[in-house]
Amino acid sequence: MIAGIAFWALAALAVAGGVAVFVVDSMARATFALLVSFLAVGLTFLLIDLQYLGVLVILMMIMEMCVMAVFMIMFMMNPGGLMPMTMVHNPRGAALIAAVVFVSLAAGALAVPPPPRRGAPPADPARALGLSIMGDKMLVMMIIGVAILATMIASVVLAVHGGRYAAGRSRSR
Amino acid sequence: MPLRKGAAALGVILAFPVVLGGLALAAAVLDSRTRGTGWAGPLREAARLLGQRRRRTVAADGLLVTAGVCALLTAATLAGTAVLPLGERPLADLAVGVVWFNAMEVAVWAALWLTGWGANSFYPLVGGYRFLAQGLAYELPHMFALITVAVGAGSLRVPEVVAAQRGLWFAVAMPVAFAVYLLSALAMAFWGPLGGPLGVDVAGGVRAELSGPDLLIFQAGRYALLAVAAAAAVPFFLGGGAGPGLPAWAWTLVKALAVLALLVWAGRRTAGLRMDRFTEASWLVLIPAMLLQLLVTATVAVAAR
Amino acid sequence: MSAQGFLLLAAALFATGLYGALSQQSIVMLMMGLELMINGVLVAAGASWYYFAPARADGQVLVLVAITVMALEMAMGFAVTIAVFRARDVDMTEGASELGG
Repeated sequence: MIAGIAFWALAALAVAGGVAVFVVDSMARATFALLVSFLAVGLTFLLIDLQYLGVLVILMMIMEMCVMAVFMIMFMMNPGGLMPMTMVHNPRGAALIAAVVFVSLAAGALAVPPPPRRGAPPADPARALGLSIMGDKMLVMMIIGVAILATMIASVVLAVHGGRYAAGRSRSR
Repeated sequence: MPLRKGAAALGVILAFPVVLGGLALAAAVLDSRTRGTGWAGPLREAARLLGQRRRRTVAADGLLVTAGVCALLTAATLAGTAVLPLGERPLADLAVGVVWFNAMEVAVWAALWLTGWGANSFYPLVGGYRFLAQGLAYELPHMFALITVAVGAGSLRVPEVVAAQRGLWFAVAMPVAFAVYLLSALAMAFWGPLGGPLGVDVAGGVRAELSGPDLLIFQAGRYALLAVAAAAAVPFFLGGGAGPGLPAWAWTLVKALAVLALLVWAGRRTAGLRMDRFTEASWLVLIPAMLLQLLVTATVAVAAR
Repeated sequence: MSAQGFLLLAAALFATGLYGALSQQSIVMLMMGLELMINGVLVAAGASWYYFAPARADGQVLVLVAITVMALEMAMGFAVTIAVFRARDVDMTEGASELGG
């Protein structure tokens, strides 16, 4: 009962945060509205035995949104929202498509009878996850690792003026 | 029997704010002593701030400042729920207590940046950005230190981490991780050499435009954060409540106060670190050192099984 | 609290993010829309694990992959934005349409 109330409150908070991202003028507020949405989702995970992943979402998203805020403010003409402006194209079409997608996804979720539950959650889901990615799902972990490495190299190459070897020269002492 | 259990639970809930507040006050008093403002300095300052009128800046984002200031104290408190020593187990005995502590301590990034941004003023903004740079520098070695602790204990649950140190304290078993943890404790509480976000060179940085009760809550949050960072070293590295003579809770308090005094003293005695230098040292020296420490710890853990 | 509740939440987050990804002109705002869509995927994957197949860790692994994808998407997105901005001085999607037909 309490879990149900908590879930719907968190769900409402998550969606409200998500909507606020595209409503507020200030980029700082938009970034942290997105963070509110992620934090609410992380907290819903605590309700369904996903303690590790829930806290991981909270941890990662706080760091990610802090970094994101820096870039949001760097690239937007009006970061503080002191001079309201709209920077959208075809908002009606986008809203229509989004509504159609929501209605069809929601209809699918409500109309299709859910499959029966197979098994019960293990005593320690985090342990099950760890054994899984270090055991029969190890390929996933290896691909994630390579993808992270590739991203680190590629983002440095793209972001540093003149490629990765220019990083040392631009440093001021 | 259930009655006694309920009373014990109530005792833990009541003890938590007392312990957290006491440690935070101890941090403030120790800091005040090293600065020469005496034992009563923090109380005088608190009384002054309570009576001070709020100063406002032009076109400030009040919502974000309030969120940031409150988030600092909240993050310190929530981090404390998982690690603060209260008898056998902490207030929130989570299965992933170590990760929870880490997540709450990362929330300080957001708290400081929001406080710095919201004031719509130059120096606080500089301070906020400084803390993000500092976070990127200290967080990776710090996470590896926590991971090393979890690997050594074979668990993310704080009481089990304590139980794993019955034979040998982790401070001895993994000295590099302990040293890195102490350094990152200074960094996460932006204290001493890593106090750049509040530096005098930027007129107080993040807190430059705070005044009255806002500043009081901010300062309380900062001292609480330093206290929690110091107290967390006890279950993670110093064997929790283990010790001769005294009961477990007394030993944890003694150890926490000792670490706290060490941090406050070291913070006063060391010069400020420039963040670009610290980042370089952190990534080129501390991360490889932590990886080696992790390798050694993991090898020992597998061999001991 | 039920599987339907979680899937409805996932659908709402996904659709909100889709609106943002389709309508925003600024590249960074577009990326916020993408993040919100992946947030919906997180909810759906986590709930599927708990309500449909909790005995196997597949759903949890999917959440882990989605979190990683989110971080990588952001890193690469900002790197590309910086490169585009440096080369063309644009930070809007219309300005970076060389790849368009």
